[in-house]
Amino acid sequence: MPHRDAHTASLALRLALSFALVLLLGGTALALSAFAYGRQAAQRAYDQLLIGAADQIAGSISVHGGAVVVDIPASAFDLLALAPDDRVLYAVLDPQGALITGYDGLTLPASRFATAEHAGEPVRLIRVGRQFSERNYAGAVDVVVGQTTRARDALARDITRSALLAVAPFALLMAGLSAFAVRSALAPLRRIEAGLAAREPRDLTPLDVAVPPEIGQLVATINRFMARQVRQFEIMRNLIADASHQLRTPVAAMRAQAELAAEEPDPERQRAIVERIHNRAVGMSRLTDQLLNHALIIHRADAAPHDALDLRRIAIRIAEEIDADDLLLDLPEDEVACRGDALSLAEAGKNLVNNAMRHGAPPVTLAACREGGLAVLSVRDRGPGVPEALWAGAGARFDRTGAVTQQSASIGLSIVSAVAAAHRGALRFGRRPSGEFEAALTLPAARR
Amino acid sequence: MRPGAVALLVALAGPAAAQTAPEDAARFGPETGPGALVVRGTTDVALFAPLLDAFVASLPGIAVAYEQWGSNDLNAVTLAGCRGEGTPADLVVSSAVDLQVKLVNDGCAHPHSSLMTVALPPSAAWRDELFGVTEEPAVIVYNRDLVPPDEAPRSRFDLIDLLRPDDSRYAGRVATYDIEESGLGYLFAFADSQQATTFGSLIEAFARSRAIATCCSAEIIQGVAEGRYLIAYNVLGSYALDRAQEDPRLAVVAPEDYTLVLSRAAMIPRGAPNPTGAGLLIDFMLSDEGRAALAAQHLLVEDGGHLLPDDDISLYRPIALSPTLLLGLDQQKRETFLARWRATFSQP
Repeated sequence: MPHRDAHTASLALRLALSFALVLLLGGTALALSAFAYGRQAAQRAYDQLLIGAADQIAGSISVHGGAVVVDIPASAFDLLALAPDDRVLYAVLDPQGALITGYDGLTLPASRFATAEHAGEPVRLIRVGRQFSERNYAGAVDVVVGQTTRARDALARDITRSALLAVAPFALLMAGLSAFAVRSALAPLRRIEAGLAAREPRDLTPLDVAVPPEIGQLVATINRFMARQVRQFEIMRNLIADASHQLRTPVAAMRAQAELAAEEPDPERQRAIVERIHNRAVGMSRLTDQLLNHALIIHRADAAPHDALDLRRIAIRIAEEIDADDLLLDLPEDEVACRGDALSLAEAGKNLVNNAMRHGAPPVTLAACREGGLAVLSVRDRGPGVPEALWAGAGARFDRTGAVTQQSASIGLSIVSAVAAAHRGALRFGRRPSGEFEAALTLPAARR
Repeated sequence: MRPGAVALLVALAGPAAAQTAPEDAARFGPETGPGALVVRGTTDVALFAPLLDAFVASLPGIAVAYEQWGSNDLNAVTLAGCRGEGTPADLVVSSAVDLQVKLVNDGCAHPHSSLMTVALPPSAAWRDELFGVTEEPAVIVYNRDLVPPDEAPRSRFDLIDLLRPDDSRYAGRVATYDIEESGLGYLFAFADSQQATTFGSLIEAFARSRAIATCCSAEIIQGVAEGRYLIAYNVLGSYALDRAQEDPRLAVVAPEDYTLVLSRAAMIPRGAPNPTGAGLLIDFMLSDEGRAALAAQHLLVEDGGHLLPDDDISLYRPIALSPTLLLGLDQQKRETFLARWRATFSQP
């Protein structure tokens, strides 16, 4: 199934993708911050050059006879030439904004630092003022120095690249650790796989593999699933064993009687034999029904989902399906809530009623009630009931040695017992103070 | 480009009136066919011709139209091309390297990068836009017949010593560039002032001995050959060596304290019609074949050019192509420097 393959592949893939995403986002964030840091560091470094050059130019300004004289030192330009490929702009402006020396037409930056454009390239500008208060000259002379940004851009790239190169080994280490983490996180799954693969085909005992709690649920589910398989196997095996045993003896008897009838010359006696064959066939047909019913109900009780239901409704349904005039119903006014499979419960109840009608004494009463934490579906009659000595064992497995009629009662009880077990309940026998015999199916009551 | 900056550069171009025509012109390669590569330079046609001949020979079908300009005019016409006035050349090769740096700084250049250009030392290239293609020392030239060997100056200190005595026979017989007239002279003098404190004593000595500040390379060298001047200081080596080859009276000396070396700067103007062809020519000039053609004309002093004892090239001080050259173009700096020069030379 390609669909299934895609799913199994996607687990490791999904983990890998998650890790890759985390690394990618982290790496991008790192690269961006490295770039921001690089830009800032480069900006600061080369701004220092501009400041130095501007200060040197400002320091070379003097006033001679009312005129400003600027004798720019070569060191100012040497300083700017430390950014070897960048163009240089500079101007010295008098307090009125007129050019004293340098490039004409430079706009005076409003703040200390500014960014402008020169001949199609961005320029970083700095403005430094120098105040003069001579007898014949007063006011602020402004020095503007600018430089294109090639060197600082290159330095920013360089810093970013170095930072990323320094971080790259850690990223690789992280990737390696992630791969290791993925492998070790998936290791319990591989242990389960190995545990299952190493089993004998018929070995359905619970898995015993040491796993972390997150995967313990999975193991528990697998074990529950296997336990159900075990029960189903058990049911099948019992059914086959019971059916073969129960049916073989009567079929052999019927064959013997049929042969007898064929050789019987007296028509009267022959008819009597046929009558017996018929009776036996009817009994066997009921037995077959019950056997199949048994298997079906037990399977269903185990497999069908349990719904919230009211035992009074189950009782009414049983009464309707049996449709006997002498069946009495004893139901409380309040709901008798529990969880279960309505069909299995109804079938178990019918078996109890049938048993009481067939083997007990009227009147037969079908009752539903709550007893503390239990929801109880019970059948009462005035007959002798099941002997007290057998109460404990009744219903566990029916007796294969008794007569057919007793067998059918026994099968009925075993159905009730199986249904009770599937509902985490029990089959209970008792004698009421009134002297009535009571067979009851008790289930855990649901909270109202 | 802002008009203000243009005004500044025109002002810097000096008193010489801007001409709009080249001083000389020559065509190399096939006379017909598609448009020739237009190269404008300050180098004399005769000195540059062997290089261009070799170039057109190496690339069949290519033609080069070379125009020889004065350095200030060349700067003015290139700047005009940058502003969209007139047709820009495909390649500009100028000895006014400070003006070339300024053009690049103003975004007037088209970048070019090749295996040849990346191999250049940092001082000989700027921004993949400006490339130093020649190596020409600033030299001292003297007249062999009139200057006895034991007095021949080997360094600036020797020169100062020669000029020190009040009755020095070199008084009034030493010539150098008039830096107000000559861009190259200004460039060398300014580089000297940046290089060493010797410069102060030197121009003082020039002043005391009434040295002659005049123009230009050819006239100065001619003056030395004819004996009008005994010694010439800071003459461009390529012209001096070229003349000395034919004139045995001329001796060429690279100062032993340090020797400035100028690299003519090649630049592809922005908007050049054929930047690829210009790039090929730059690469050719940097190739072994191109360097050989330049060396043959003394435009390149390979391995010291036998001008210095033991060819000690560590004494060479290349004038680096970098924005530091903009300092010499600063209005106030230039004014201050020229004022100092003028004051020195006008002393009685």
